[in-house]
Amino acid sequence: MNVQRRRLLQMSAIVGLMASAGLMTQAEAAAWNKAAFEAKSVDDVAKLLGGATPTKSDAITLRAPDIAENGAVVPVGVETNLKATELAILVEKNPNALAAMFVIPAGAEAFASTRVKMGQTSNVFALAKVDGKWLMASKEVKVTLGGCGG
Amino acid sequence: MADPMRIRATEKDGVVDVRVLMKHDMETGQRKDAAGASIPAWFISTLEAKVGDKIVYAAQLGPAVSKDPYLQFKLKGSAKKGDTIAVTWVDNKNETRTDKTEIK
Repeated sequence: MNVQRRRLLQMSAIVGLMASAGLMTQAEAAAWNKAAFEAKSVDDVAKLLGGATPTKSDAITLRAPDIAENGAVVPVGVETNLKATELAILVEKNPNALAAMFVIPAGAEAFASTRVKMGQTSNVFALAKVDGKWLMASKEVKVTLGGCGG
Repeated sequence: MADPMRIRATEKDGVVDVRVLMKHDMETGQRKDAAGASIPAWFISTLEAKVGDKIVYAAQLGPAVSKDPYLQFKLKGSAKKGDTIAVTWVDNKNETRTDKTEIK
């Protein structure tokens, strides 16, 4: 058997596995923004969530610790008094930058607080979509123990 | 069937504070087992909170959200004391779970 054929077989096995594990279901792709969650950089995520490069703003509050002892559980919150329709939390140096995004319908406050994993010390970004534009705040969080070792 | 969520919703000065603790492994897909094989990703991908049939809050999570995800959000206007809030999550294996609580 030649090498190329071998590779192809391996590839199709992996794809098949992903499909059976439910990683590539159609229903999910429609609701969950797969492309944005797979993007590597902060700018790419903002683009894929529908908007231009984010601009820094003092109106966005990012709550995160200076030092996280355990990278597996880092409390991060984002909040703004502006009329934001979407919020997002990103960790720059994670394998995929986007950690979570939130949709804020009328009647909800532009607020979200959750806990994320961080593989290493990194800048954390809070994004808020106001009038169709992304505004952001960032903070460096030092991680003493990574969240991906298990 | 997945384990139940813990939801606490309290109203104060017209703002409903909702805290949800979900029970889920949130496997990233980056980790390997003892034999060196990748552990497939398994995580909650979408979450929706409803009062009646109205969506009052929604979120999309990635595998970078911590194991047993915690989420806090605030409602102002779309819910009041005595309402029932229902939170539903769906994971990337299309498993789903809904839990409800009364806003106190």
